[in-house]
Amino acid sequence: MEKEAGPAAAGVRLDDPWYEASAAGWDEADGVGGEAAAGAPGPGEPPPGPSAAEIYLEVHRSAAFREVRRRYRRFVMPAALAFLLWYLAYVVAATTAPALMARPVAGAVNVAMVAGLGQFLTTFLLTWAYARHARLRRDRAALDLRWDTQEMTRGAGQPAAGGPVR
Amino acid sequence: MSGDHQTLALLLFCAFIAVTLFITTWVSRNRQGSAEEFYAGGRLFSPMENGFAIAGDYMSAASFLGISGLIALFGYDGILYSVGFLVAWLVVLLLVAELVRNCGRFTLADVVAARMAERPVRIALGTSSVTVSVLYLVAQMVGAGSLVALLLGGTSDAARTWTVVGVGALMVVYVSFGGMRATTWIQIVKAVLLMGGAVALTVLVLVQFRFDVNSLLTTAAERSGHGKDFLAPGLRYGGDWISRFDFISLGVALVLGTAGLPHILSRFYTVPTARAARRSVVWSIGLIGSFYLMTIVLGFGAAALVGSAEVRSSNAAGNTAVPLLALDLGGGEGSTGGTVLFAVVAAIAFATILAVVAGITLASSASVAHDLYASLRRPGRKQYGEVAVARVAAAGIGAVAIALGLLAQNLNVAFLVGLAFAVAASANLPALLYSLFWRNFTTRGAVWAVYGGLVPAVVLVLVSPVVSGSPTSLFPGVDFQLFPLENPGLVSIPLGFLAGWLGTVTSGEKPDEAKHAESEVRALTGAGAA
Repeated sequence: MEKEAGPAAAGVRLDDPWYEASAAGWDEADGVGGEAAAGAPGPGEPPPGPSAAEIYLEVHRSAAFREVRRRYRRFVMPAALAFLLWYLAYVVAATTAPALMARPVAGAVNVAMVAGLGQFLTTFLLTWAYARHARLRRDRAALDLRWDTQEMTRGAGQPAAGGPVR
Repeated sequence: MSGDHQTLALLLFCAFIAVTLFITTWVSRNRQGSAEEFYAGGRLFSPMENGFAIAGDYMSAASFLGISGLIALFGYDGILYSVGFLVAWLVVLLLVAELVRNCGRFTLADVVAARMAERPVRIALGTSSVTVSVLYLVAQMVGAGSLVALLLGGTSDAARTWTVVGVGALMVVYVSFGGMRATTWIQIVKAVLLMGGAVALTVLVLVQFRFDVNSLLTTAAERSGHGKDFLAPGLRYGGDWISRFDFISLGVALVLGTAGLPHILSRFYTVPTARAARRSVVWSIGLIGSFYLMTIVLGFGAAALVGSAEVRSSNAAGNTAVPLLALDLGGGEGSTGGTVLFAVVAAIAFATILAVVAGITLASSASVAHDLYASLRRPGRKQYGEVAVARVAAAGIGAVAIALGLLAQNLNVAFLVGLAFAVAASANLPALLYSLFWRNFTTRGAVWAVYGGLVPAVVLVLVSPVVSGSPTSLFPGVDFQLFPLENPGLVSIPLGFLAGWLGTVTSGEKPDEAKHAESEVRALTGAGAA
């Protein structure tokens, strides 16, 4: 299926980068998206109720969304700052303080080795912590918001799906 | 290298080519050429498959041969590279992967342009993405050329040339016929081969030292000729202050560049949801991290078993450390075990280059067709399907990369890769992060962020010692060197962020509240994601 064949299709895509794509469908959770796509009204029908932009503004203001965003940012911002500083400190120490880094710790292992392996370890730990935090504290709420939002925009003027994609 | 090595290695490599060509035809049977299919492989890969494919895309021959070679020659300073390459994935995991998956469709420009006046932003990001990809591609082509020269013993120029041409032609076939689906499977096969080879060699090294890491390190330090200094930083980057700043610059570019690499970002579109994108990054961090831990063992193993002097006499940059180590572990020159291991390692390195090249070509053809062609074509002229344009673009980029790869054969591979990371961090990352996290970010800010990082990065390289003014530079005869560092990241990355901020605060454009609300809701919940 050649989606971008005609000038009309190209015009839609250029003006509205998001809306041409299929809105949902293959999420791992269930087939709700598929039903939504099947039940979507054609683009020609007059939109009942609020427009898509109003719906997004409303969701954006909602307490549920603010909570998801707060949880995401409260974890990500300090964590990103911490690991970037830790990495920068490591690189600067390795290049400007070789004497400190060469100090022996145990046997042939010195401070530099410990610091380098520490970088590997903190990377693995932070990866694990982030994945766990997102899975337990964010995924469920975000998924609920996703279906609610798509349910609301289904009725709005937005074509929820550009047809089956595969 | 004796004839046995060559024959066996070439046979194994031909087998890899045959298997990948078979994959290309097999997965693209009964597939229609939709954009969804060509750029994103149908978006139905599992997190584990995509995690292997990301690892395959990321672990280039520069990592496998280059980093372990650096460790074999300079000891600890080589480890600094692997740490930078790994830590960079935290930026991708925490700040980029899920949001990009939710907001975009095929390319980086999709994410940024969604909130902005689309045309200028798309043209800017398309240009910078193609620039990054071509730089990275040239590095891989140069690496392929040197690897063949090494394998065939003599540094025959004809062999190099034909390898570069052959690799280029093969990747065009993979990409234009197989699209993202075939490219992904090739990455997966390659990642499994590479991990398998690395695990086997690491175990063999550790068995030689009876799993006593201390004796491995001590022997390596002894045989390196540097003694204890070998195990501490400073052998390579500890000279004057310029070389220290140069390394800091490289370190910053490595850690921030990964999140701006187009071929890495496009991998997140091959999975169905943001959650799957996150899980694929977790897989790839596990794979990439353990791979880099193994390269440390291999590097020190090569120093301890082969000896730094012998590694250097085979290849001044150390790129042959791992093949030599394999030869030694298998029983030495002339033995069956040594021949087999050497051939296997060489074939894996080939496969690595081929797969990485295919991934980058696909990403840059997407930038050309989806961003540049779609924005620049004139209305009223005959319209071609985007996928058809992308297939042609893959061939065009292949031709450009072959030509540049032949021209740049004497440039250092690691340097070229570092440069690609610096350009990605300066031009792509500021625009991407601002658009994801800054409410007031405007079109002018986005365009300025891209060009404000891209232009300084490229110009600073042109006036750096890499191009002129030093005996090792590209044009040693002339001297227009103005900038002392080889890697521009330390200056050009802050400039990119500064330009994006400046463009935003000086533009009269009022931030569109509704568009911002929409993009934040989409980014964090996945509502309406492609």
